This record gives sequence, structure tokens and C-alpha cells, in this order.
Amino acid sequence: MKVRILVSFKDSVLDPQGQTVKNALHTLGYGAVRDVRQGKVFELELEGTTKKEAEALVPEIARRVLANPIIEKFDWEILKGR
Amino acid sequence: MKFGVVRFPGSNCDFDTLHVLGKVMKRPTVALWHKDHDLQGVDCVVLPGGFSYGDYLRSGAIARFSPLMQEVKAFARNGGRVLGICNGFQILLELGLLPGAMLRNKDLKFLCEHVHIRVEDDRTDFTRASKKGRVLRIPIAHFDGNYYAPARVLKDIERRRQVVFRYCDAEGRTTEEANVNGSMAGIAGLRNREGNVLGMMPHPERASEAVLGSEDGRAVFESIILSLERKGHDR
Repeated sequence: MKVRILVSFKDSVLDPQGQTVKNALHTLGYGAVRDVRQGKVFELELEGTTKKEAEALVPEIARRVLANPIIEKFDWEILKGR
Repeated sequence: MKFGVVRFPGSNCDFDTLHVLGKVMKRPTVALWHKDHDLQGVDCVVLPGGFSYGDYLRSGAIARFSPLMQEVKAFARNGGRVLGICNGFQILLELGLLPGAMLRNKDLKFLCEHVHIRVEDDRTDFTRASKKGRVLRIPIAHFDGNYYAPARVLKDIERRRQVVFRYCDAEGRTTEEANVNGSMAGIAGLRNREGNVLGMMPHPERASEAVLGSEDGRAVFESIILSLERKGHDR
């Protein structure tokens, strides 16, 4: 099974890199861009894992290692497999 | 008393720290390898600056899983003195020995310069050789030193007087300009509730000899020695 985990700053945390990208986009004339939040993407290949197991395992990995829960949140999805 | 300096792949201030503790402060000092399980009976563990594991994932995020760090965690929980400098501070945050987290510096720049920090409390094991309100001139060198804590945690930190150093100007004023990396409440150094663990972004080991332009960093090491030698080896 392949899963994708998206880690990004919590809404309450300022994201200066996202702000810088937003400013660059405005400079280029993309005035419609109201806000930019930057994050990290992880793709994990899981072996011998059922969907039910992944639902416990992936959030655990994300909370414990991939994201720092003090400043970051995460979302995840299954890309391949079931 | 004996100091131990933990070495991770990517540490680069380990030699400076070993030099200052061993040759300048003249105390027995050993290097500790992160894969070991033995703290070799040291009285104070120092986590040096650098880029452990290349800062991959987040600064300090991987180093906290090293075998030796589990020993350091237990050592700290038993009251052992732990000093984290720069990357060492980041590791202590990731390890959960200190509250909060580090964000990228406010201007998204790697900052490598001398800064001023003000001693907020001189009754800690890391500042007792100094004076409250004294301004220290010590260099910083980091990308992720913008201290962050949720409002509730920050309030708790201030209430318990855990802020040991704040960025300030040469006169000791905590201005927005002096807070070079944008840290919340200008926090440059923070201790745990119990007071045996300190994390600081400035590098005291780079300011411990006159030939390097400042000896202000010595106050931190002198304080630890004073605390430990006065109390003896009673642990």
C-alpha cells in the first residue's frame, strides 16, 4: 500500500516561507492569490498492511515523527492498494 | 566533576565545546557517541551545536531517537544537568525536555553574528556565576531559532520564570530589532520547570576566550561548575 502524508503548519502558526511565496506571486500579478501555506509531502510504501491497520499506523507515524504537533498538522490519503 | 559532550553525525561544535570545557575550564571532559548507551558517569551532558542528521525532517527531529538520547532523557528526569546549545536546544525541544518548538528565523535568513542576551535570572544552575540584568555578547549561528510556543504554554513559561536569556541590545533593552530571529518574548535561552535543563541558541563555547573577542560565554560554564562542585557528587 502506498500512502501520502501532507504536513503543514497549523493555522495559528505564521508561515514566513508561504508569505514570501505569496508576495512573489503578487509581484508576478497573481492578485487572486489570497494566501499561501507551504508544507512537506511524504510518500510511504507499507508492506502487508491492511487499510484498517494503516488507519492506526499512519497517524501514529505522522504524530510521532513526521510532524511536530506543537506547530504542525497533517492530512493523509491512500494512493495505491487497499 | 565530569562533562560529557554528545556527538551526532553532523555535530560541528563538538570540538569547540570539548576544548572549552577541557582546556579553558580545565574540567575532565569526554566525548559521548550518540549510538552508545553509557553516559560514562558524567555530571553534566552538553548537546553541542551543528546539524545533527543534516537537519533532515526538522532540526533535531532525528537526533532525539539516538540510543544515547534515551539515557540523556532518563538522566535529565533524575535531575542531571543538561545543556543544549543551538542544535542541542532544538534537540531538547524535539525530545520534549523543554516546551515549545523552533520555527525558521523571521527573515528566512541563516543568522551568523554576535548578539546580546540579557540574564533574566541569576539563581539558575546555568547563570549563578552571572548577575541578573547583565548583558552577554555571544554569537549565534542558526536558521531555525525563532522560538515558538502556544499562548497557554508561553504564559506558563513566563509565570514559572523559565526564560533564562532574552535577546536585547547592547544596553540590555529587549527591542524588536534586537530580537533578530523573531522569537516569542525574545527567548534566547529557556530552562525546564525543575531547572536542571537549559537550552540556548547563542554559542557560549564560541565566546569563552579573549582571543575570540568575548569571554561572556564562560559565565554559563562557570555557573554549571559552581552548581555541581558546591553540591558535590551527591547524586
